[in-house]
Amino acid sequence: MIEDRRSFLRDTGRFLLLTGAASIAWEHVLAGTPDASPNYALTDHWWGMVIDIDTCIGCGNCVRACKAENDVPLEEGAFRTWVERYQVDTNDLDHPRVDSPNGGYDGFPELRSTGENVKVFFVPKLCNHCAHSPCVQVCPVGATFESPDGVVLVDKSYCIGCRYCVQACPYGCRFIDPRTMTADKCTLCYHRITKGLTTACCEACPTGARQLVDLKNPKDPVHEFIRTHAVHVLKPQMATGAKVYYNGLDGAVR
Amino acid sequence: MDGERDGSRPSGEPDERPRVHFRDYEHVLRMAGLFAFAIVLFLVWRAWAVPPDFGRYGHFRPGAITDAADRTPKYAGHELCIECHSDVEQARQGGGHAKIGCEACHGPLGRHARAETDQAPVRPSTRGVCVTCHTAGEGKPKSFPQVVLREHASAGPCTECHQAHKPGLT
Repeated sequence: MIEDRRSFLRDTGRFLLLTGAASIAWEHVLAGTPDASPNYALTDHWWGMVIDIDTCIGCGNCVRACKAENDVPLEEGAFRTWVERYQVDTNDLDHPRVDSPNGGYDGFPELRSTGENVKVFFVPKLCNHCAHSPCVQVCPVGATFESPDGVVLVDKSYCIGCRYCVQACPYGCRFIDPRTMTADKCTLCYHRITKGLTTACCEACPTGARQLVDLKNPKDPVHEFIRTHAVHVLKPQMATGAKVYYNGLDGAVR
Repeated sequence: MDGERDGSRPSGEPDERPRVHFRDYEHVLRMAGLFAFAIVLFLVWRAWAVPPDFGRYGHFRPGAITDAADRTPKYAGHELCIECHSDVEQARQGGGHAKIGCEACHGPLGRHARAETDQAPVRPSTRGVCVTCHTAGEGKPKSFPQVVLREHASAGPCTECHQAHKPGLT
């Protein structure tokens, strides 16, 4: 093919211009990642949880439901949620006895003797979905993040299993999944809440001690609950912006 | 000045060679080329490896949000249960169990609710499921109904005397 300089320049120019335009267009196509669910807008929600210590009976339903819903390994140490039993002697508030046999998965064995002045109560725990999560700050590869709707999630395809986040969480809410060797944690049942369902633990709680709440929804009963109850988050001095609010939380709980 | 430093050239004798600042500059060019190549290689690799929408909401891949949401629930949820089992919902009104999610006792039945399986759900064993909550224990609120199993009436299933969906003696 015979080509003069003019047509060569023209064709090359067109080629470069079109490739550039196409790549910009393609970027826009890719950037349009759809939101999690057709009717779900990330910016319309700010998820959290309310836990009522006074009504928790320590049955372990939430722990079993969580493991079933999320395929959490059944072995000891792998929990997205667990229940702790506190025994606090009224003469020694600073040294509570805490046990959580298998995270409360099998319920709690009867206490042999607690003594006269010992109070016993259950504290369900899970990821606090902090607004300023220490675990997110330490992740070196951008594998864990706070989603715009206030849920701390792990990108399993990015996680390198370095365990920084496991150590950084002040609440001990993370573990390494022994099957994938990546970090794992409560997702607040993200696959459920984006479909309008409540979390598996709340669904299975027989006393309503756990309630999923949407703090951005003005009609959510949580606002009324927080206004009328003395609620508290765990370790407020860490300034993590924890969003799991406990009603009736004893000062002995760490 | 130059001559004094360079011992091989006595001072005063004119330097006839042309003055070249970078005499062996090819080495430097080669090195620079190598660096440039490495940088271009890195940029190409980076463009390929980093998703184009990375950083849209923060230092993470927005697709991970979709990944987390893209799973099928195993617990159907109370609302889906009572779409078919409205009779049970009616029967338990006013009782102590009226507000409990069905799957709290019956277990995860998402596949059953979505008609993905023909397998009928197993009726939970009352000795297992009732006792989980109602066995007497420290730490349960005083108002919560509790029994000491050893002292409780019979060794048979709880439903001999109690109605599971609306407890109380039948």
